[in-house]
Amino acid sequence: MEFLLASAVGVMTAAGVYLLLRARTFTVVLGLTLLSYATNVFLFAMGRLAIDRPPVIAADASAYSDPLPQALVLTAIVISFGMTAVAVVMALRSFLESGDDLGAMTPSSGTPAQMVAEVGESSR
Amino acid sequence: MSLVLIVLLPFIGALFPALMIRAGRNACATTTFIASLLAFVLLLSHAPAVFRGEVVQAGWDWLPALGLNINFFLDGLGFFFAGLILGIGLLIIVYARFYLSKDDPMGSFYTYLLLFQGAMVGIVLSDNILLLLIFWELTSLSSFLLIGYWKHLPAGRQGARMALTVTGAGGLAMIAGMLILGEIVGSYDLSVILQNGELIQASPLYLPALVLILAGCFTKSAQFPFHFWLPHAMAAPTPVSAYLHSATMVKAGLFLMARMWPALAGTDAWFYIVATTGLITMLIGAFIALFKDDLKGLLAFSTVSHLGLVTMLLGLGTPMAATAAVFHILNHATFKAALFMNAGIVDHEAGTRDIKRLGGLLHLMPVTATLAMVAAASMAGFPPLNGFLSKEMMLHEVADTTWGGQGWLMGLLATIAACFSVAYSLRYIVHVFFGPQRTDYPHPPHDPPAGMWLPSALLVVLVVLIGLFPDTVAGPLVAVVARAVTGGEVLDYHLAMWHGFTPALGMSAIAVVVGALLLMRYRTVRAVWQAGPHPEAKAGFEAVIGGLVTTARELIHGMHNGSLQRYLGVMIAAMLALGVSAYFSSPSAPGSRELLPATPVAVAAWLLLVGACVSVVLQHHQRLQALLTVGVVGLMVSIGFVYLSAPDLALTQISVEVVTVILMLLALNFLPKHTPAEPGRGRHLRDGLLAVGAGLGVGAAAWAVLTRDAETLSGYYLEQSVPGGGGTNVVNVILVDFRGFDTFGEIVVLGVAALAIFALLDGALHGAAARRIAGWVPDQPRAADRHPMMLAVATRVMLPLALMVGFYIFLRGHNVPGGGFIAGLVVAIALIVQYMASGFGWAAQRMKLDYHGMIGWGVLIAAMTGLGAWVVGHPFLTSTMWHFELPLIGEIHVASAMFFDTGVFLVVVGATMLALANLSRLGRRAESLPVNAGPMDVDPSLDRTVEN
Repeated sequence: MEFLLASAVGVMTAAGVYLLLRARTFTVVLGLTLLSYATNVFLFAMGRLAIDRPPVIAADASAYSDPLPQALVLTAIVISFGMTAVAVVMALRSFLESGDDLGAMTPSSGTPAQMVAEVGESSR
Repeated sequence: MSLVLIVLLPFIGALFPALMIRAGRNACATTTFIASLLAFVLLLSHAPAVFRGEVVQAGWDWLPALGLNINFFLDGLGFFFAGLILGIGLLIIVYARFYLSKDDPMGSFYTYLLLFQGAMVGIVLSDNILLLLIFWELTSLSSFLLIGYWKHLPAGRQGARMALTVTGAGGLAMIAGMLILGEIVGSYDLSVILQNGELIQASPLYLPALVLILAGCFTKSAQFPFHFWLPHAMAAPTPVSAYLHSATMVKAGLFLMARMWPALAGTDAWFYIVATTGLITMLIGAFIALFKDDLKGLLAFSTVSHLGLVTMLLGLGTPMAATAAVFHILNHATFKAALFMNAGIVDHEAGTRDIKRLGGLLHLMPVTATLAMVAAASMAGFPPLNGFLSKEMMLHEVADTTWGGQGWLMGLLATIAACFSVAYSLRYIVHVFFGPQRTDYPHPPHDPPAGMWLPSALLVVLVVLIGLFPDTVAGPLVAVVARAVTGGEVLDYHLAMWHGFTPALGMSAIAVVVGALLLMRYRTVRAVWQAGPHPEAKAGFEAVIGGLVTTARELIHGMHNGSLQRYLGVMIAAMLALGVSAYFSSPSAPGSRELLPATPVAVAAWLLLVGACVSVVLQHHQRLQALLTVGVVGLMVSIGFVYLSAPDLALTQISVEVVTVILMLLALNFLPKHTPAEPGRGRHLRDGLLAVGAGLGVGAAAWAVLTRDAETLSGYYLEQSVPGGGGTNVVNVILVDFRGFDTFGEIVVLGVAALAIFALLDGALHGAAARRIAGWVPDQPRAADRHPMMLAVATRVMLPLALMVGFYIFLRGHNVPGGGFIAGLVVAIALIVQYMASGFGWAAQRMKLDYHGMIGWGVLIAAMTGLGAWVVGHPFLTSTMWHFELPLIGEIHVASAMFFDTGVFLVVVGATMLALANLSRLGRRAESLPVNAGPMDVDPSLDRTVEN
């Protein structure tokens, strides 16, 4: 079981990283999602694995799985959702603004102040 | 304690001028004055102790592990400088009230001034060199604000930047030097460092530390070759020049050399570096000052020269020279601050401070002229004024000093500098106030109001008094300061005008005669000077800065080419490298923990998950398919959570999954449905290698952890969940109770994320994005049945049920899997399905929920629950439980965590709905369809089939 979980985390990470390194924003967001899964499962696994031992206090329970990583991961899942949502909306907005969905921008040759001014111009 | 207050008072006072300016300029200046005065009086209250030779200490530990403590101490030297800073500060505050014009923002001026004052006092009273460094940098920053005070003047801005760059760079070097020093001694406390002079000077790190610290001192005190910033800083308003550039900031470097004198001075390195630099600076400053036509420029270079003089005296390394240095600091502060104020008066009243346009002001501005003559005579070193006394002492010390085996060299050069000093001082008097009256002054000159000349008059009185009665007026102070500088040596000397016919007297006489001659032949001298080269330090400085900027820009553009791919690639490669190095540097063999058996179900789920991952990678060009396949991975993850005893996670994961997929589908609606292939085999190979490396690393790490036993903190939570948190679902109790503050932060983040999404999408309704949306043509066939009857009917029936389920999950969350997060997501899904079934417009007209408000109320309710604990005297978010009987229903337990969870619930619903609803709004805008009249496309009440 442990091996299945560890290898699943590895596969999800590998797939996530590969997609993260692609040029198009939507694919990057997909990669981010996979990487979030991998991270969450990895964190969860830090509490070690247990079957049929939910951390719900009961008179007849012999042992409980570790509740702390679970609580942390629950928060992490929700935050991952928030992050993914912002990322995908940013991808959408940049596509709508520029007409392509490449995750790259052409560097400006001006001074930082000019760059800021340029950005200000383009968003107007 | 009052010692700390002396430092704090200016900082506290700095809050007020900006506010008080609303009550008028006088109120503003008065507040500033009072803040300084309080600090000054507090300082004076320590005078008896200081003159008894005691050292007053105060403070507390701040970061003892780093050796950083807020310790202050007051000895003679600190007292002397703090007195200068606060005393002259008081005069400057009065002067500035009259100097600044109505258009100048006086509030910010006084705020900057007090910030600076506090920082300076902090420097001179710090007993910890790290603390001293903090104040040191603060003076650089606040003086930047002061020099650039007239923001509309380019010269002011440039001067401020140059001053900040030079003194800031020196400050950085000094940080390194101080750290080395602290390393040598093993303490960052000055009182310890000063006791360990021999240890420091014997250390092989002595020279680097010395050079670095001196770099800080020399830049701050405008020593050659860093002297060039000071004249450019003269673009500041005159009160600033008078304060910073005569009496205080430029003396900070001198102060530090004096402070460190017992620890660092006395070696050959010290002598040759410090004394030589001082001598050169003195000479160059005096020479250039003679040819400056700007009054403040003249004074600036004269200041450079005098700073060089003091530096040289400190560099000589003898106690007597150090005493002379202290005495000259005092004298220079008095006559130079007076002269700067004087130059400001001339500028203010005659409309120019260009010497070539002045002259003959004696009878027009008699008071100003008198003050100028006395102060300048002191600067020239004429008896019976205080400048004469310390200059004599200097010449006396120099005459006895051998430099590189040459006994005459320093004496000669010092005398030459003194000649120029006499010449430029006389020029200040003669070319400004004497000569014929002119008719072309920009303003008709006259004496200023008393408030403007009184401060300088006070200083001039001091100049005379110290000159006439040195032993009475300044003697005790100089003695106590000199003792502090030299580390307690008691010297046999007395301050006096007449020491008999000494070599120093001869040198002084030569200086006076030659100086007067130089001025009489000024045209000739100037012509000679004109013919020579004039290296312009500013051009060199700007070339250096320009070069740095260009290099930095090329470097940045080389590394940051704007490609997200490259950044992420570099980051992942770096992490991989870290992981690999950690792998080889520590044991990584699998542990011996007893493993769980792999059941067939688990293997099947694993196969599905791995297959889905592979399929996503292979098919990521087809975005819709890839998205759905990612959903499969999420599903498998939630199944895994169920299986591995984490029901809460499973519920959360599966509901988040639904929301995420809906959200991405809505976004994908606009985005291209197909990803074009990227060119380049090498790139795929490289990314593939990185990905496999990362996967292997993370997988191996997980494996290594899972096969080992571990200790956990969770025993406490499991024990305390029911008695302490009032719930049996430990995960939920941790979330809303034990670690409620984390959760509170998290819902805030979620709310902020939703607001960011709202802003991003709302902004898309304007500009280029809006035009693109308006011209958008759906790239996929639309369903003929846009609002299918089955879906509409089913969702309508489901809504109350789903809400009920959500409510149930919420209520039970404290004891069995569930809670605010999950309930919120369930309710959000139930609501969003209504949008999907009947269209955004139709649903939005019927569900008038304010999602912004929900987020706000949610955060507020959670916060109020936390604050409620404060009211009854417990820490933030302490939970409590109530038990009561309700008729018919029975005993009810309510934990206050329930209210907190309500906040969580509201934020989750609000945030999710805000994001999704705004995405759908965008879609409706794009297709510009009218809001459908009914909930579905077909109206079942009209039976059309019969007619057909």
